Amino acid sequence: MSDLLKLSLDEVTTKLKAKEVSATELAKDALAAAQAAQPALNAFTAFDEDKTLAMAAASDEKLAKGEGGLIEGAPIAIKDLFAVEGVSTTASSNILKDFKPTYESTVTSTLWGNGGVFLCKTSMDEFAMGSSNETANTGPVNNPWTGANGEMLTPGGSSGGSAAAVAADLCFGATGTDTGGSIRQPAAFTGTVGVKATYGRTSRWGTIAFASSLDHPGPFAKTVKDSAIMLQAMSGHDPKDSTSLPNDVPNFVAACGQSVKGLKIGVPKEYRVDGMPEEIEKAWQQGIEWLKAAGCEIVDITLPHTKYALPAYYIVAPAEASSNLARYDGMRYGLREEGEDLTAVYENTRAAGFGHEVQRRIMIGTYVLSAGYYDAYYLRAQKVRTRILEDFDKAFQTVDAILTPSAPSAAFALGSKSDDPIAMYLNDVFTVTANLAGVPAMSVPAGTDKDGLPLGLQIITRALDEETMFKVGHAIEDAAGFNAKPEKWW
Amino acid sequence: MSNTYTIAGATGDWEIVMGLEIHAQVVSNAKLFSGAATAFGAAPNTQVSLVDAAMPGMLPVINQHVVEQAVRTGLGLNAEINLWSRFDRKNYFYPDLPQGYQISQFQYPIVGEGEIECERDDGSRFKVGIERLHLEQDAGKSIHDLDPSHTYVDLNRSGVALMEIVSRPHIRSPEEASAYVSKMRTIVRYLGTCGGDMEKGQLRADVNVSVCKPGQYEKFRETGDFSHLGTRCEIKNVNSLRFIRQAIEYEAKRQIDIIEEGGTIDQETRLFDANTGVTRSMRSKEEAHDYRYFPDPDLLPLELQQDWVDQIRANLPELPDQKRERFKSELGLSEYDASVLAADKDRADYFETVAEGRDAKLASNWVNNELFGRLNKEGMGINDSPVSAQQLGGLVALIKDGTISGKIAKDVFEILWSEGGDPAQIVEDRGLKQVTDTGAIEAVIDQLIADNPDQAASVKEKPKAMGWFVGQVMKAMQGKANPQAVNQILKDKLGL
Repeated sequence: MSDLLKLSLDEVTTKLKAKEVSATELAKDALAAAQAAQPALNAFTAFDEDKTLAMAAASDEKLAKGEGGLIEGAPIAIKDLFAVEGVSTTASSNILKDFKPTYESTVTSTLWGNGGVFLCKTSMDEFAMGSSNETANTGPVNNPWTGANGEMLTPGGSSGGSAAAVAADLCFGATGTDTGGSIRQPAAFTGTVGVKATYGRTSRWGTIAFASSLDHPGPFAKTVKDSAIMLQAMSGHDPKDSTSLPNDVPNFVAACGQSVKGLKIGVPKEYRVDGMPEEIEKAWQQGIEWLKAAGCEIVDITLPHTKYALPAYYIVAPAEASSNLARYDGMRYGLREEGEDLTAVYENTRAAGFGHEVQRRIMIGTYVLSAGYYDAYYLRAQKVRTRILEDFDKAFQTVDAILTPSAPSAAFALGSKSDDPIAMYLNDVFTVTANLAGVPAMSVPAGTDKDGLPLGLQIITRALDEETMFKVGHAIEDAAGFNAKPEKWW
Repeated sequence: MSNTYTIAGATGDWEIVMGLEIHAQVVSNAKLFSGAATAFGAAPNTQVSLVDAAMPGMLPVINQHVVEQAVRTGLGLNAEINLWSRFDRKNYFYPDLPQGYQISQFQYPIVGEGEIECERDDGSRFKVGIERLHLEQDAGKSIHDLDPSHTYVDLNRSGVALMEIVSRPHIRSPEEASAYVSKMRTIVRYLGTCGGDMEKGQLRADVNVSVCKPGQYEKFRETGDFSHLGTRCEIKNVNSLRFIRQAIEYEAKRQIDIIEEGGTIDQETRLFDANTGVTRSMRSKEEAHDYRYFPDPDLLPLELQQDWVDQIRANLPELPDQKRERFKSELGLSEYDASVLAADKDRADYFETVAEGRDAKLASNWVNNELFGRLNKEGMGINDSPVSAQQLGGLVALIKDGTISGKIAKDVFEILWSEGGDPAQIVEDRGLKQVTDTGAIEAVIDQLIADNPDQAASVKEKPKAMGWFVGQVMKAMQGKANPQAVNQILKDKLGL
């Protein structure tokens, strides 16, 4: 692997603009490295070399003329949930196994508009349902980081392929989607930076829906500044998405490195959960100390409805999913399994097309929406959601940002939780609140545990205030000086 | 009520109670949530966007024009406009429903309570309460008869905007049901919010029918308690006024027979078979879908500004009831003539062109009697009329100013109908002008009296015999003599 791939997005785009390296050369390097890593990491679901090289060549033309966008010429990996025109887009599901969209998602077309070069599609939990990337139809993704005894670890999920690709220096940034933590938890598990902006900041158009009111497209990156550049290059109002924010996009990149002095940082007591490893607690304390040293004021806060967030999430998300996934019926595209009558075609198609976790969530969602249960489950969960939003509103009257751990553990061994959905769902305990409230949140690497595995800290800020989030994230990154990399074994 | 519609059963009289759900396709170039076109009759699956086909990752965006049309309709139904409404998903699987759910407004419709006045065949009026109007997507079309073993699906209609207008159970006879649909059609056509063409499926009705014993309905109206009424059955998708009457007559009879034989009515959805004239069970209450309604997370609640609604209200066209009253009060038309003319926008527009600056009553007679009579006879609609409103107006003007007589006018109308042309020119070219020159008339009369002295003498005893003289004068003058002048001169000359 060439050393070029070890550069950050910020560094490589500087080199591209200075013509020290060409986009084509970079694309070829990245393709070769990613393809070489694929047998070991299993992080990718599709390549399209012709497309990659054509886009790189187009970038080179622009760069030669001194033109080009924010990320001109940088190879970017795309979670398989985003429609990329003419490229297999499957949501890591058999039901879309042979699906190639004729359209481009708004997020990816915005990235290409800013000069990004399509590198590949990345593996994910099927329809983004999972926290370990083990429900992908193409099998689990291996975390570049391995366990103390060399055992294979999960990269987290659902955006595990993207996280692994960034952690292994196979691309300069990647897209993910975060419905309950699917960017932030894998970022924490792989020592990368993961961002979920304010709901509506990034368009959902052309991104395969899991739970519409919770789905947040966002970036993975190697550094906080890179993540700001990526988010900058993905955001903007989209008239094709009715929930897209009409607000102007702030300069996220400029926020990185600005002083955090005087900022009030909230530390919520409810995020100290039973059974949380001591090392997570230690990393959190360390983060608090860093920010204190940087001039922040630390404030103990309470987010009293936090304990209801996970159950509420696991009602709202499956409810929306059960309806969003109804379109995969074997009638117009995707898998179709014949049967003796219409009902049998539906049943056979969906039984063969969806994996167990997806089926489980469709059933949960169907149940909680059914007559007689709607009020007790869905409606009540929505009320909890309002309370959680009120918790944040109240907290943000006194603090500028909230600091918590990103996940309740470091990356765990593949297979260790796949038989226990509840244990798996608990992975999202710190992250779902920001999805339910729609507020921005990011995970930043803050250190390693005793086995040398990365741990992440989460920063949550007010809706529309990603700038403070990037400031605080950058301050943590600075203080942590995190530069550990997984030893290359792939 | 003395004129309540009743059906005689073995155990006595029965009454029927009905509420209707009308599905009206919104006049709009684009669909409710996608930019795809909506023109009728396009080749199958040629008006389907990625959104309509429910491709992965597609999202709905509300069509503002459709919202405006719904508000306009609500205002035309004298209904409350809800400034806050919401779209819900109605979930069920069917091949012509690509999303696996229909986006509709279940809990919070855009339009609330309203009321319209309808006319029975005898001209008497009755009021029907409107419960709500909401916007929803139409489904595609499943075609089962193109192939013995396959069903074909046409998604052109998928996602087209519909207004579902739900009435209160205030409809009491087959005639009233048809009158209600007819009035609704008139209103939406006046508003330009729905084409109203039932044959093209632009307007379809689901009819909820129940039967009860006399007196029960009044108790229901007093208390609002539905238990006073019988169990209802819903007849789906009846697509003509005639079928609505037939379906109701059949269904009411069916229910009465069941009850009188000791049975009970099962609440169910039924289909009307126009070929056999009977309704058949489609699905029972137990088989009814659980639609799992919930707010569509892809759409924000629909919030309207009062100003915007007021603006639409200020620009509403004149509605049929207003028009009818104006025809009566300003133009002096009879109740009957005004109602007939106002009941159809195209007819009313035609009449107003004819009457513009002319004698409105004369215009109304000619439009209502001569023109409509002829069109009905030929089985033609107003828009097919070979005689334009301008032509007929010209003819009316010629009658009014005495250029031609009413009798000659009928001949000119025939020429207009079959050959066309300008009425004044026709009268001129063919020498049909009425003779008002008293000298010429006098000469003819003098000759006539001279030739028929006995007749002239007897007229004094039998004034009715004057008709013979009038006829003779007209005959001699090829009908062109001014009848008033002829009468006057005859009276003078005959000493009457």
